[in-house]
Parts: sequence; structure tokens; C-alpha cells
Amino acid sequence: MLLSDIKEGQTARILRVGGSGALRRRIFEMGIVKGTKVYVDKYAPLKDPLEIIVMGYHLSLRVEEASQVTVEPIQTDDGQQTADNRHLPSTA
Amino acid sequence: MSPRTLTIALAGNPNSGKTTIFNNLTGAHQKVGNWSGVTVEKKEGVIQRHGYELKIIDLPGTYSLTPFSIEEIVARNFILEEHPDVVIDIIDASNLERSLYLATQLREIDCKVLFALNMADMAQSRGIKIHTETLSDLLDVPIVFTVGNKNEGMDALLKKAIELAEKTHHIPEGRKVRYSQDIEYAVSGLQAFLQKGISGELPYSDRWTAIKLIEDDKLVRDRVLTLAGDSRQAVQDEIQVARQYIIDRFADDPEIIMTDERYGFIAGIVKETVTTSARQRVDISRNIDRVLTNRFVGFPIFVFFIWAMFQLTFTVGEIPKAWIQSAVSGLSSALELHLSESLFKDLLLNGVIAGVGSVVVFLPNILILFFCISLFEDTGYMARTAFLMDKIMHMIGLHGKSFIPMLMGFGCNVPAIMATRTLESEKDRILTILITPFMSCSARLPIYIVLAGTFFAGRAGTVIFSLYLTGIVLSIITGRMLRSTLLKGMDAPFVMELPPYRVPMAKSVMIHMWERSKMFLKKMGNIILIGSVIIWALSAFPQNITYSKDFTLEIEKLQQKGPKDKQASADPAARNTLEKETAASIEAIKRIMKAEKIENSYMGRMGKMIEPVFSPLGIDWRGSVALLSGFVAKEIVVSTMGILYAAEGDNASEALRTALLSSGMTPLSAISMLVFVLLYLPCLATMAAIRRELRSWKWMLFSIGYSTSLAWVMAFLVFQGGKLLHLGV
Repeated sequence: MLLSDIKEGQTARILRVGGSGALRRRIFEMGIVKGTKVYVDKYAPLKDPLEIIVMGYHLSLRVEEASQVTVEPIQTDDGQQTADNRHLPSTA
Repeated sequence: MSPRTLTIALAGNPNSGKTTIFNNLTGAHQKVGNWSGVTVEKKEGVIQRHGYELKIIDLPGTYSLTPFSIEEIVARNFILEEHPDVVIDIIDASNLERSLYLATQLREIDCKVLFALNMADMAQSRGIKIHTETLSDLLDVPIVFTVGNKNEGMDALLKKAIELAEKTHHIPEGRKVRYSQDIEYAVSGLQAFLQKGISGELPYSDRWTAIKLIEDDKLVRDRVLTLAGDSRQAVQDEIQVARQYIIDRFADDPEIIMTDERYGFIAGIVKETVTTSARQRVDISRNIDRVLTNRFVGFPIFVFFIWAMFQLTFTVGEIPKAWIQSAVSGLSSALELHLSESLFKDLLLNGVIAGVGSVVVFLPNILILFFCISLFEDTGYMARTAFLMDKIMHMIGLHGKSFIPMLMGFGCNVPAIMATRTLESEKDRILTILITPFMSCSARLPIYIVLAGTFFAGRAGTVIFSLYLTGIVLSIITGRMLRSTLLKGMDAPFVMELPPYRVPMAKSVMIHMWERSKMFLKKMGNIILIGSVIIWALSAFPQNITYSKDFTLEIEKLQQKGPKDKQASADPAARNTLEKETAASIEAIKRIMKAEKIENSYMGRMGKMIEPVFSPLGIDWRGSVALLSGFVAKEIVVSTMGILYAAEGDNASEALRTALLSSGMTPLSAISMLVFVLLYLPCLATMAAIRRELRSWKWMLFSIGYSTSLAWVMAFLVFQGGKLLHLGV
């Protein structure tokens, strides 16, 4: 599944970051690394870009960029709880 | 004896509170410039503290030291090449994990580094507790607590920095990131090779150089290869061997693996030093964001803020603008009275004061505009505007952040171009700057009003609206075109932090506003001054021209006739009327003189010379001269037309209209001229801003050439096309 397929309020775990060159490295450096949990907070009113919470901070990226990231959704009882736990260090 | 000077560099992520700390430390003693050769702002301040002279440098805010963006290159080069005595890394405590990425990179470079754990109070209120001692021990780096926006911990920070600078002992061995075995093997292998294989001294530490080479860091690689000389090929091969070793084991690029492992290292540290309490306070920032970027009300609120900004800038700003305007004209008329008629007086009044005055009046607008922008930036709303607008801007090949500068272009292009500094990517900045002049600024409006009002009385509104629209459409086309040609493939990734909303600090907003305005006054002042004097000289020389008639004689005759007639008429009322008539006739002659003077000036001659260029557009020599004069400021086009068409009075737009209608101008040629005015070369101040912001004459000339040719082609199409279709002739 791709990060761009995750719906608002859902949490996912990063499996792989695709793409190439500067963009890929930049995504990594912003903390989107394998094993990290991301919470999709919302999509912009025009459905692009989207806002995610990763490592406890808010990051926005374009749908196009999010579609380079392969994730596995994490089932949670409710999205809010996941968002609250977002400060927990996340290691693979 | 002068005190010892220490250089302290401030590094940190964007939004880490770095600028606030810099402002707290240096206060008013700061100097804003540019890093040599690039458009990145360089801020430094010198202060005297504890018997030292401290030179504090604010490095650009970066997330990493990978040399991708100019900011990162600038920050890294400063640390590597200038060897600051101490580097202070400002770490946002509520964002520890990501902040530690830059911190680990700083630790890897052999420099004296100190962490400022900023806003730990806020982190605590969010339920995050950081065990500083453990953190300091694990990283082997001293840590100082600071609360930037409350001005806490500044002195302790400086004390610690001085202490660290004076420490002689070497950087502890344990301070490196330990990578996994395979990577360490590749690194140490390459490190050993470098020690033996390269005769010259490596500029940086062996380990760091080896790591960077494995990460395929261009800057380091070029440096090492130059140093290697004859053994160039051997070094290149060895680097390839080390990289391949990692690629074989991890099936991915080494730089990605290393990034991944650094984050792994950080995760380990965070696990040991941070405890998060399960209960969390309501996240105010998130709640604000729920409203401001809401699917339904997000855009309306955004439009309202922009509207409010425009109102403040261009409506409220008009009040102090009028004061300055009257001060300028007051000065001008005072000089008019007290100076005797001379060339110098003409230069002073019509060159210097008129030219510089026409720019200085924009100061209030610029102050207010930058006040609003500072507010947007400091509260964190600016990132949200980019979030909202990115989809639309991306269609032109731009970043969402380009929207605000472009929008401001409708007010005045100068602050708009200056506002592109908020864009991180240089390519985005260039593109935005190049298309901003097509946003029809308020200075062009008087010309539209005169021409459209004269020739399209009932439909003037539609005509003017279409002009604005034309500008927007052409900017989109230009944007797309440049993106696929000159600025190809440089579309920056959008990946952008949305920082938490913060209450802006008055001090930082003021400093920000003042810096911009000072720059505007200083730099614009220079070039505007020179430009105005040149334009003045072109229209004032040659001095001794031959008029078509002897106007001086005619005026004298009229003046002599006056008293005679007065004696003839006994009736005081009739005498009064006569006097007025005489005065009016003299005025009329003076106006014709002025028009002839301009016609025969160098400017007029140039206008006539370039007339063949403009005649396919239906613009006569007078229009050409007016357009040339619009180079100083576009408003001047109207006043030049007033002079050339010998319209009555100073402010008689009605008279100008009559004059225009009888001048042989047709609605079609008026449209053609309007299109030309919309698009042709930006005014002097805008050009100065382009040149300054892009630090390049090349791009400035490109902008002039491109916009003027586009203007000509568009006006040509309009005029010739209209003629073919027999429209408005």
C-alpha cells in the first residue's frame, strides 16, 4: 500500500521509500525512514498536498511524493489515540 | 589591548527558534548581508561579553548538512572552511528526534559543538520529559537550556560557549555515530586508504571525509580528487569499491543506508533520554489548524487574511504615504521659491527630488506589507498558505510559497520580489521573480484609467479587468515555458514542515520589518537616484533648442499688452477677466514650450528614433517617449503624456482625455498601448530589486529582454489583428 492511499486519521508504518536522488534523500532526512509510524492528519482542501505527523511533528508533502512511499496500515481502535502516542520513539 | 575575538555560529532546523535566540543575543547590533555569491541572507552581530568580543553568525536554518540546497552548502562550508570557535546547535525540545539528525551531523564534523535545548518548557507541557544529563553524556556534548521567546538562558549559553572555546583538549573519540559493522568496515577501509594514498593534507578529518565519500558527496569528492592529483583514478576506484561493498550488502544506495542508520542511532538515544507521559494537554496548535486549513472554511479565511493584508498595505498605507508625498512636494516648492533659476535647481527638483521622492513614498506600504509578512511567517501561517495553494501553484511549476509574493505583485512589484526570500529553492525564486512583473502593479492603474477611460468610457472596467487577467495568463504560460526550458527539471520537492502556531514576538517582527525597509531605502535609493538623474538629463538636454516660434517674445508681448489694456478698461471686473485671460494665454504658451522642449530633448529624439519600432503597434512618437519615461516609474507615463500632448493644468485628466481623443489615437491603438504598458520592462525600482535578489545582471537583463519582447509581440498581435478585423479603428 502507498502512503497516498492512507485515509485521513489512519496510521501506517513505513516499509520502503522509493524515488530517486535529492527528493528521496530529503524524505529520509525528514524522518520518513523504514519502521517509522506516520499518521495522516489531513488532506489540503484541494486534495493535494497532505499533512502527516511523523516523529511528533507535522510535515506536508505532495500526493505525488507520498506515492513513492510504501507503507503498511496499522489497525487502531481510533485515530486520536494513535496521534497522542506519536511522541513515542519509533524503531524498527 | 583589544579583547579576544571568538566566532560563534548558530545552527539549527528552521522553526527551532534560532532567529529568536540570535535576536536576543545580538539585539540591535546586527548586520544583514548575503553570503558571498548566493542569495541566502547572512546575519551576523558583534557583542562584547565577559571580556570577549563575540562575533555571532546566524547560519541558514537547515534540516541536514547534505549539500543539496544552497542553505545547507552555506551552513556546512562556513563550519568547514571558516572554523568558527564554537557551533551552537539550537534544538527544539518538542521536536527532539528530528532535530537530532542535524545534531549528529554536526557531531560528526570535528568542530566544538554545544546544544541549546530550546523551549523545553513547551515540550514539558506537551508531556515530553528529556533527561538532559543522560543526553549530554550519551552524545558527549554540553547542553544548555534556553527559552528563546522568554529570553531565558542566553547568558548561560554564551558563558558555556566561551568556556568551550577556551578548552584546548581534543574532541572526544566517543563522539562519533557508530554505524553497523559492514559500514564501519567500508569506512575504516577507505579511511586507511586516504591516509596512505593521498600525499597532501586532507582538509577535513579522515573519518568524516571517508563517510562523505561513501555518501557520494560531490563537494567533498571534488576536493579530494583535486588533492589526489596523479592518484586520482586510484582514489576514485577505492571509493567505488567501498560504495559497492555497502550496495552489495544492503541492496540500496549507501547514502540512504547511512541516513537510515543515523536515525536508528537517534532512536536509540531518544529511547533512553525521553519519557512521554501518556496524558497530553490539548494541542492548541492542532486545533487552530483544524480551522485554518479546514476543507470548507480554510480558503475563505485565507482570502480574508489576504484581503486584510491588502487593505492595510494599500488603503491604510495611503495615509502616511500622503504625508510623505506632501512633505516631498513641500520641500520641492520651498526649494522652488528659494533657489534661483538654474540647471542645478532643475536637476535637484525634477531629477533628484522627483525621482527619489516617487520611490520614498512607497516606504509606508513596504513597512506595512513586511509587517504583515513577518506576522504570517512568525506565527507559522505562511507554511499553511503554501499548503493551501500548492495544488494551484504546482500547475505553473511553482511551490505553494510562491503565491504570496506573486499576489503582492498586484500592489507593488518591489516588495513582491523582496518577499520571494521566503522561498527555499533558488529555482523557484528565480521563476517567481521573473513572472511577478506580469502581475499588474498599482502604478500601472493610472495609465489604464486614463487610456481605458478615454477610449472605452462605458466599458473601461471590463478592459482593465481583462488586462489584469492577461497578465495572470501570461505569467502562467511563462512559468510553464521556463520550467520546461531554462529552469528545467528543477522542481523542488514540496516536503515541508508545518510548524506549530506560535505567538509572534514584537521584537522579532520589528527587527524583520526594519531590516527589509532599510534595505529598500538604501539599495533602491542608490539606483533610483542614478536612474532618475539619467532620465532627467535625457529630458533636460540639450538646453539651447530652437523653438518653432519665438515663444519668449510672444510671452513678453502679452505681458506688455496686459497693462495697456488695463488702462483702457476702467471697469475693475473687466480688468480682472483680462488679467486672467492673459495669464491663461501665457500658461498655454509655456505648455507648448515645454512640449517642444521635451520633443527636442534627447529623450524626445530617442522617442522619434524608436518610433519605427512602435508604429506597427499603433503608438506614435509621443507614446514612445511616454513609455520610455515610464522606465523610472510607470506612473510617470501619464504625466509625460500630459506634457507631450500639451494638456492643460497639472492634474487635468479631463483635458488629457480631450487631447488624446484629438491626437489621432484610436481605441485599437489605445488597447495596444495598454497591453504594452502591462507587460513591458519593469520599472527601475523593480529592476533594482530583481538584480539585488538574484544577484545577477544576467537574469535582470533576461527579465527586461523577455518582458519587453513579449510586450511588443502581444501589442503587435493586438494592433495588427484588430486592424485586419477592422476593430476599433
